[in-house]
Amino acid sequence: MDMTDMNSAATTTPSGRRQGEVILDLQNISLRFGGVKALTDISFNIREHEVRAIIGPNGAGKSSMLNVINGVYHPQEGRIMFRGQQRQKMEPHMAAQQGIARTFQNIALFKGMSVLDNIMTGRNLKMKCNLFQQALWLGPALREEIVHREKVEEIVDFLEIQHIRKTPVGALPYGLQKRVDLGRALAMEPQILLLDEPMAGMNVEEKQDMCRFILDISDQFGTTIVLIEHDMGVVMDISDRVVVLDYGKKIGDGTPDEVRNNQDVINAYLGSGH
Amino acid sequence: MFYRENGQFKTSYAADQQIFTIAQDKWFVWGLIAFAALAVPMLADEYMFRAILIPFLVLSLAALGVNLLVGYCGQITLGAGAFMAIGAYAAYNFMVRIDGMPLVLAMLLGGVSAAAFGILFGIPSLRVRGLYLAVATLAAQFLCDWAFLRIGWFTNHSSSGSVSVAKLEMLGWVIDSPTEKYLFCLAFVIAFAFIAKNLTRAAIGRQWMAIRDMDVAAEVIGIRPMFAKLSAFAVSSFFVGVAGALWGFVHLGSWEPAAFSVDRSFQLLFMVIIGGMGSIMGSFFGAAFIVILPIFLNQFLPLLGSLVGVTVSTAGISHAELIIFGSLIIFFLIVEPHGLARLWSIAKQKLRLWPFPH
Repeated sequence: MDMTDMNSAATTTPSGRRQGEVILDLQNISLRFGGVKALTDISFNIREHEVRAIIGPNGAGKSSMLNVINGVYHPQEGRIMFRGQQRQKMEPHMAAQQGIARTFQNIALFKGMSVLDNIMTGRNLKMKCNLFQQALWLGPALREEIVHREKVEEIVDFLEIQHIRKTPVGALPYGLQKRVDLGRALAMEPQILLLDEPMAGMNVEEKQDMCRFILDISDQFGTTIVLIEHDMGVVMDISDRVVVLDYGKKIGDGTPDEVRNNQDVINAYLGSGH
Repeated sequence: MFYRENGQFKTSYAADQQIFTIAQDKWFVWGLIAFAALAVPMLADEYMFRAILIPFLVLSLAALGVNLLVGYCGQITLGAGAFMAIGAYAAYNFMVRIDGMPLVLAMLLGGVSAAAFGILFGIPSLRVRGLYLAVATLAAQFLCDWAFLRIGWFTNHSSSGSVSVAKLEMLGWVIDSPTEKYLFCLAFVIAFAFIAKNLTRAAIGRQWMAIRDMDVAAEVIGIRPMFAKLSAFAVSSFFVGVAGALWGFVHLGSWEPAAFSVDRSFQLLFMVIIGGMGSIMGSFFGAAFIVILPIFLNQFLPLLGSLVGVTVSTAGISHAELIIFGSLIIFFLIVEPHGLARLWSIAKQKLRLWPFPH
């Protein structure tokens, strides 16, 4: 509890983005797979509305960290405080119910389904009609379907993918698939959005588009964003605070400027003199 | 030229979410239903009904059920025959043990019993997948083969081991002529096809397909794998169970456990694979292919033989039938691994552009 109190003062970042209370606090997280230590004693927090980047060389444990946050992996040690309450061990769909959404590094869309259907699955938790109503396509089921379709269309407009809304996602180019992946996560109206390398493998224009979407999401919806990215230019430009991992340990944490000048971080990326 | 959606504008999401978004599709399907309900009873003879149309309808319904599970939810099953048997025997027991049991209610209750067993035998799907799941569902098949043969209670202690339903009657309508049986089956098939279509375009269908396509991502966006998989098993088994009851009551009249052997399970799975996984239409194509083609070959081969002056012996026909049937299956799987339903949608796509190439 004292950790949250210490951090409760709301601040404004250099980017002018409002930054609220600590929403997710990770304390001394350690994750092992057999003898392999993926994460060792990592602590950092995420404030409401901020863009929080996690960076580090390959194999540093960034994706594992995201998987811990949304309940795919269960750390052996450490505590996760979500809005001041200690989180019990839980399954991914429970994290989704608490408002944690994510996109995937290697796109994990539902290939056989259309763009609309993919994004509609993101609304799944908000749809309450039972099996029988759905089977008969009765009034309530039909109305619910249309209410959520309207929400989905807003996301389609936001991401500028109107022209492909009925295309099966398997047939789409990579950059658009990444966008649909983002749309599916947005459809959950998440409080925390975890983005696992949203710009990997994109060209400059696609990266600019994606940056714009991320900043718009932050500005318009106030969504807290946790971002893993390898493009340092992007990270330094759009994030409020950066945490740096290396070999499963935290080696830096702070604003982009602080991290840039941190000697451990420079060593991890450029190597140290011997 | 005629099959084109030009000028058909959608002004509401409800209009955009119809089953048939292109008006021509809608007219085609309604026309097909009208033809099946009105014209076929006048055109077909008794042999057509008994040997082709009724088996085709009932197996379409079963294939539809299997397709919901295999094609939409991605959970393979080799226990479809067993669930047909459960549906048939449960409906039979509801009929003989409860006085005044309405026929349709007994069949639906047979489906519900099959659904309950479907959930039970679907539990392994939470831990194993693919071929291992196929083997686990095969257990259901062998258990049912054994139970309905050995446990007398299920067959009402019938001495011969076969059971039969005396009279099919619904609200005073006695269903005894082949035409009436055909219409009875047709009503079931149409109703269930629409239910299947509704389920697959609604939230539950998206959950099934999400689990099929990428189960980790599905779970991360809040889909409970247990609910999605077991509901698919339940709904699928319900369909298959009702089809089983129809098969026993309407098509066979009296039956023994061999009617629902493992061969039936394989046959249903093949229908789904050949017809098209994840397609309602595909279930019908698959059933038509497997039910009608052997009969067609049987009639057609002697004709072909006499045309070139060769008299084909009966044994020769039945051998040739198997050979041609087998090679056609291989041919279709190579040409179109996504099944006949994909060929159908490619044809529709081409027709939209015709007579222009692009």
